[in-house]
Amino acid sequence: MAERRIAIVPARNESGAIGGVVAEIRAFDPDLDVVVIDDGSTDATGDIAGAAGATVIRLPFNLGIGGAVQTGFKYALEHGYSLAVRLDGDGQHDPAELPKLIEPVLKGQADIVVGSRFAGSGAYRPPLARRVGIGLFARIVSLLVRQRVTDTTSGFQALNDRGIRLFAHDYPHDYPEVEATVMVVRHRLRLLEVPVRMREREHGRSSITAVRSLYYMVKVLLALVVGMFRRTSPGGSS
Amino acid sequence: MTPFRVSLIATVASLLLILVVFELIRSRRLRERYALLWLLTGCVLLVLSAWRGGLNTIAGWVGVSTYPPAVLFAIGTLFILLVLLHYSTVISKLADQNVILAQRLALLEERLRSRDRVRES
Repeated sequence: MAERRIAIVPARNESGAIGGVVAEIRAFDPDLDVVVIDDGSTDATGDIAGAAGATVIRLPFNLGIGGAVQTGFKYALEHGYSLAVRLDGDGQHDPAELPKLIEPVLKGQADIVVGSRFAGSGAYRPPLARRVGIGLFARIVSLLVRQRVTDTTSGFQALNDRGIRLFAHDYPHDYPEVEATVMVVRHRLRLLEVPVRMREREHGRSSITAVRSLYYMVKVLLALVVGMFRRTSPGGSS
Repeated sequence: MTPFRVSLIATVASLLLILVVFELIRSRRLRERYALLWLLTGCVLLVLSAWRGGLNTIAGWVGVSTYPPAVLFAIGTLFILLVLLHYSTVISKLADQNVILAQRLALLEERLRSRDRVRES
């Protein structure tokens, strides 16, 4: 295999899960380099990830998920990786599902493949409030990109070099996946959704609480609407 | 017409604002770039405070017939809004740059650490 592959794992205060996540990814595919972005953790997340065999990038303070993930894409770009997968640091993304994401990229069917909890086999049912939010965004994003999208909040993704370059140069903040989905299509990258199963969180709680999710919803909606009036930025993809 | 005392006090206040801004620039506590809007605010308020006839005319234009200083107040408010909006853009830019710096720093630190590791082994 000539091309280099990397797994990007953003993690904040995931000392309970991160060791297992890194070990699992490495066990799944030893050729897959693992880089953990320690997003200003106050616990031993970085040390544990390093001990488990990951390259650790420690952000000096908490940037939020968007800034953390983008750091990973920048790392991938600078080190010449041609394929990147992204998994969450809490263990909800099962590396055993990775082939479903990677294969369409390797076959050149898509530039970015997103694992969806809702397309097909996944029997995932989140709490009502989140389901409404996720469904709403799926509807809006589907309209915007003129393509059926079922899960705009999934951070379980695989990208080729074009996707890596785009996200290294421009990636949304805080709650990035929804906007990123639209960005991808606007830059004329091919997006593909594949059904995956996700696990329940092993440790900790979701970073999105009830009050915050409303704030995020309004914010992301604003970003989507404004984004429609934005010309695609140069330097992204070409 | 604006009462003379109102005009006088507003003029003094505007002069004071300009003076304070000037002093802040002189002592390098305020960059020229961010002072410009404040100076403009001070100058506009100064002119309209001192030139009672002008304020009266403008008040006539916008349909304020009873109390012309209300226009002074409105214009002052408008400029404050402008300054605040300008600051929001400045903060947004600083926040973006901050993120980029943090990412660069973290990437460089990792590079340095991995280089050290290679050297040790």
